[in-house]
Amino acid sequence: MAEIKIANNNILSSIGGWFKNTFNAKYWDSLKFSLYCLTHPLDGFWDLTHEKRGTYAAANTILFLTCFVRIMQLKYTSFLFIRVYWEELNIFLYIASIVFPLGLFVVGNWATTTLFDGKGRLGQVYIGVCYGLTPYPLVQVPLMVISNMVTNDEAEFYTVLSALSLVWCALLIIAGMGQIHEFSGGKNILFMIFSLFAVLVMIFLLLMFFSMITQGIAYFYSLYREFMFRM
Amino acid sequence: MKMFRFKKLNKLGAVIAAAAIGIMSVPMAAQASAIDHRSYTYIYDYWEDVQDCPDVYDVYGVFTSTELQLDTKLSSPSGLFVYGDQIYLVDTGNNRILVLEKDDELGLKVVRTIDSIKYAPGPSTFNGPTDVAVSDDGNIFIADKNNNRILKVDQNLNYIMEFGLPDDSSLPKDAVFFPNKLVVDTAERVYCIADNINKGLLKYEADGTFSGFVGATKAAYDWYDYLFKRFATQEQLDRMQNDVPTEYDNIYMDYEGFIYACTGKVEPDDLDAGTVDAVRRLNLLGNDILVRNSDIPVYGDLYWGSAGGYSGPSYFSDVTAMDNDIFVCLDRNRGRLFGYDDQGRMVFAFGGNGNMDGYFRRPIAIEHLGYDLLVLDATDCSITYFVLTEFGQDIYAAIDLFDDGEYEASGEAWHRVLAQDGNYDLAYIGIGRSLLRQEQYKEAMKYFELKYDDDNYSKAFKQYRKEWVQSHLFITIFVLLLVLMIPLSIDKYKDMQVEIATSDVFRFPDPEDNMTRAEIKEYHKKLRQEAKEREKAKKEARKNSRF
Repeated sequence: MAEIKIANNNILSSIGGWFKNTFNAKYWDSLKFSLYCLTHPLDGFWDLTHEKRGTYAAANTILFLTCFVRIMQLKYTSFLFIRVYWEELNIFLYIASIVFPLGLFVVGNWATTTLFDGKGRLGQVYIGVCYGLTPYPLVQVPLMVISNMVTNDEAEFYTVLSALSLVWCALLIIAGMGQIHEFSGGKNILFMIFSLFAVLVMIFLLLMFFSMITQGIAYFYSLYREFMFRM
Repeated sequence: MKMFRFKKLNKLGAVIAAAAIGIMSVPMAAQASAIDHRSYTYIYDYWEDVQDCPDVYDVYGVFTSTELQLDTKLSSPSGLFVYGDQIYLVDTGNNRILVLEKDDELGLKVVRTIDSIKYAPGPSTFNGPTDVAVSDDGNIFIADKNNNRILKVDQNLNYIMEFGLPDDSSLPKDAVFFPNKLVVDTAERVYCIADNINKGLLKYEADGTFSGFVGATKAAYDWYDYLFKRFATQEQLDRMQNDVPTEYDNIYMDYEGFIYACTGKVEPDDLDAGTVDAVRRLNLLGNDILVRNSDIPVYGDLYWGSAGGYSGPSYFSDVTAMDNDIFVCLDRNRGRLFGYDDQGRMVFAFGGNGNMDGYFRRPIAIEHLGYDLLVLDATDCSITYFVLTEFGQDIYAAIDLFDDGEYEASGEAWHRVLAQDGNYDLAYIGIGRSLLRQEQYKEAMKYFELKYDDDNYSKAFKQYRKEWVQSHLFITIFVLLLVLMIPLSIDKYKDMQVEIATSDVFRFPDPEDNMTRAEIKEYHKKLRQEAKEREKAKKEARKNSRF
């Protein structure tokens, strides 16, 4: 008798299959896993590193999407909520103003936790933070559409939902850091605060460093000018 | 609602990022000189940038003692008042009041000089008069400052009565009455600013009785002050001077009987924080009813940097309000005039310190004659007479037509304004409002969005949305149903998928068997038969398990 096959009629999994072929299975699975982390932060972020469910590629994708949505908002969110002074907008500085604090936080968090039994490595902290950003693009894209359908009186809906997406992100990141470092709740909160201090210290050091460098270059340049002048 | 203005937010982000990335040195310094050249007239746009603007007012003439053909030259004049088509000019230094009228040949000519009154119980001449007002009945009220009285005389200068220091227990016993500025309402009640009295405007009834203080500015006071005062010593308390209400500098009564009061005696920080006002519109109870619907604050210049030796905020020394509700404030600091409309949005700003026509040295009083403006300069001893330009006429016509309900014509006038100045924000909003009244909501929205007028935009959008929903009723209901149904049907969909994936219909014979159509049919029939039997068996099993 002929062998009987079961046809694969699941649309979702066929799209998944397309992705699997286009990218690779691991990437697609890890990206899908970020959706699981949304609703199961503790479980999800534990598996993220301990079961190696997260990938750098997926983390980069989420970060890229976040930046992309931020930029799209400038143009497509209703002017009731976001007004852009295009003349002074520098898209690279704008992206940097998202990515750079995030980078500082990752480094600051890793630097403080690694001294106090934090199990997470730098890369894992990065992946965790990026996965924590997932709600942002997910909530803000529909909000972008909704913003064009509301008047001043109904603006509160947008504001509240928008704020909720940020709170969600923050909660995910906090939960994620706790799981990645295997910290208890209290210790985790404490080290979140430490990380923020670390960020401030780094900003201070960077500012000092660059102003010193500027001064140093200026000094040698003037020395060179003087020298050339007297030759 | 929290509003993001990306100009500021972006700067913050940019500074952090730029500082840290280390591209600080080069591009930051080069941006500072955006406002190098400024035209005579300007406005602030939504972003608080200075936008050059065609002139709204032109100098018709500057009238000094020479032009007015005066034998005794003007000496530190300080007050102006317009009654009908007569201009009352208070020549403080010469203790007289001049009455001017418009003249075709000279521009302005003196028609009357008032330097003494008849039947007065006190001195019959003035001593340093500072202001004058005329009631609807024609009675003249004179603030005779150094004689410590406010005089009320009729048109023939017969003494009627006078107002002196009020008998009020809240005033110190040794207080001396120096009336400085005054206005009179239709019932001949007198409101007056007196030197060193900061409890507000003194209000006198028509019969001369003092009926209290009106419209005192609230003292700036916060929890920090409160805490400090709880623990401060008496000496420290005595040194705290800045939390007394500020005195007004000048007042003006508009055609509706509301009093515009302005002051320049404000701390820049308070002005910036919005805890004090440079100009107010007081109702009978002394409450401020000035409409401030603009994002641009109503205190004159926004940038207070030192330029040409002048720094600090604008010092409003006088204010006047025209019949179209545009009020014009006079800045003594930089010699500028600031016009605002009934919503508190800036209509124009022009002027400057200098000696040319249209510039001032110490502007002290402003009045209006119709839509013409008169500015009195105390140092120059001159009156500068401003008339509307074509551009200004278009603006005023647009405002007047809108008030008269001729929205289409108003829109056309605003279009003419726009043709002359594409950066004039009020024109966009004016066109939008005119379209809104004509029920062309979509076009109106476009104009409001261009100038970020969210309130009007929301009004237009609300109507537009309503219309859209009404004309697309079925689509709307369909979409709403869809939105409601999708979450409900997800589970059902999943079940179906499982059922389909495991269903017999999709079990195909192996192609390599090379079955004919009839054979395949037969095969499916067999499968169905099998399935039926399975179902039967299941039912049997269930039945059996029950017992």
